[in-house]
Amino acid sequence: MKKIINRLFQSILTMFIVSVLCFALVKAAPGDPVLTYVEPNMSEQYIANLRESLGLNKPLSIQYFLWLKELLHGNFGHSLMNNRPVLSQILERLPATAILMGSSLILGFILAIFLGLYSAKHKNGIFDKITSALCYIGISIPTFWFGILLIYILSVKQHILPSIGMHSDGVNTIPDLLIHLLMPCAVLTFVNAAQYIQYLRSSTITELSSDYVTVQRAYGMRDSAILFKHVLKNAVLPMITVLGMSIQSLVSGAIITEQVFAWPGIGQLAVTAVTQFDYPLIMGITLFTAFLVVIGNLLADILYTVLDPRIKKANC
Amino acid sequence: MSENLLKNIKVGFKGNKIAVIGATAIIILTLASIFAFLYPIAPNAISVTDRLTAPSFRHPFGTDDMGRDYFTRCLYGGRASLLVGFMSMILSTLIGVVIGSISGFIGGKIDALLMRLVDALMSLPTFLIMVVMNAYFDPGIKNVVLIIGFLTWMNIARIVRGETISLKEREYVIYSMASGQRKTQIILQHIIPNIMPTIIVSATINIANSILMESALSFFGLGIVPPTASWGSMLSKAQGYIATAPHLAFFPGLLILITVISFNYLGEVARKIFQPK
Repeated sequence: MKKIINRLFQSILTMFIVSVLCFALVKAAPGDPVLTYVEPNMSEQYIANLRESLGLNKPLSIQYFLWLKELLHGNFGHSLMNNRPVLSQILERLPATAILMGSSLILGFILAIFLGLYSAKHKNGIFDKITSALCYIGISIPTFWFGILLIYILSVKQHILPSIGMHSDGVNTIPDLLIHLLMPCAVLTFVNAAQYIQYLRSSTITELSSDYVTVQRAYGMRDSAILFKHVLKNAVLPMITVLGMSIQSLVSGAIITEQVFAWPGIGQLAVTAVTQFDYPLIMGITLFTAFLVVIGNLLADILYTVLDPRIKKANC
Repeated sequence: MSENLLKNIKVGFKGNKIAVIGATAIIILTLASIFAFLYPIAPNAISVTDRLTAPSFRHPFGTDDMGRDYFTRCLYGGRASLLVGFMSMILSTLIGVVIGSISGFIGGKIDALLMRLVDALMSLPTFLIMVVMNAYFDPGIKNVVLIIGFLTWMNIARIVRGETISLKEREYVIYSMASGQRKTQIILQHIIPNIMPTIIVSATINIANSILMESALSFFGLGIVPPTASWGSMLSKAQGYIATAPHLAFFPGLLILITVISFNYLGEVARKIFQPK
């Protein structure tokens, strides 16, 4: 319990730092914010009053809290590009990113269980060596280049898969979505699953050399039974933390993947916002994404604490 | 110390063919991009008749949309990519070592404060913030180095802090403290030289990541922009010619992959040399 409260406190602190950072981003944006409200026939006095009512004359710390209050009410401001509310723009992009990131996370996890366990069981075998070489390529390959190569092979040369977007024109079916999802998901999974596989391999090797495995073997239990009945449980549990921490790198990967495949998610919106210098939108996306990452980390840690009896015992 | 280091490195490379190949690849790529001016074809020599030609004997990597030799352009592009990798690594290692050693050596409230800061920064989507920073700074090598360097030091700081705390308990450090040596001097003379191996390992992997990040930023048209070219910005342009001239996309990406995978592998070799189990 104490650990969870500690983590909660830490998450709040992180969000505080993020919010200060975002506030600095808003303040660092070029241009006088009052100008977005000014119309040609306004008098000097009116503009001065406007400035006063927007709180722009107050000290920075007060301005920060006023800004924070607006945020907590869901008011992220309006985009400079199309004057639409920032939050609704982000929320309409959220499903696309969630589908891409979620499918890669799950697929990577399943892959890691099979490849990690198998490599660990047949340590230094040919399969293990191929897997670890692929993992090396996975963490070293430029994500966007891998995407371009796949587009060239599967879309330009072979015409098997559509190269960009989330839906074909006018079609809104699940099979169509899956066909479009295939390449981006493969790219993101390939660059992201390496860390899961490496982790699961090494934790399985550690588990396999522990005493209880030797005892089970001595009782004549079959290796595969030990692996799936006991080792898997102990090796997979810490994976929850690894998955939580990987959200951060998953976001990086998703930004790049979305850009290459024109996947209409938050990452693509972020790059557009930056190239258009749309400061309110930039601030909104940073804050929103950071919030999701922090929450994801927190949930992973809480889940791990709740599920792992060893930690529970240590805290009592 | 340095003799010992050299001997260790020799032992680590002996019999490890992949490590030798990786180190050779990095040395060749670095020298080739530094001495790119020795290549007979200039990177900006335009030839209207040779536009978008496939790789040939005359142009080993083919030509681009303006008929320029793509091989020399890749060599010059490597300059920017490798330079950003090295410079960002130096900056982030410097910040990481300073913060990590201060935090570990002084301890107490300063340590708690700095480590909470590191925790907070590490749970942020770093790459998104790098992208965002580009809306505030002009593109160019200097700013890319600053952006990457200031956002990637946390891991090094954490590792250096851990090592510093364990070194702090050693007799010779305790003795120097008792004899009234200044703290900065102790850190510089006794702590940092002894955690050098750890720093080298993190720094090697840091270069790999910095090059990847730079290439991704430049691919978005944010990091390094024309007239300067890096492998990432070349790929950004090549994406438009994927159907007609796929070689434009193939070579810069392959060079990034070779460089990054070599640094990552060397980092792993270094770890095995310095931290034998």
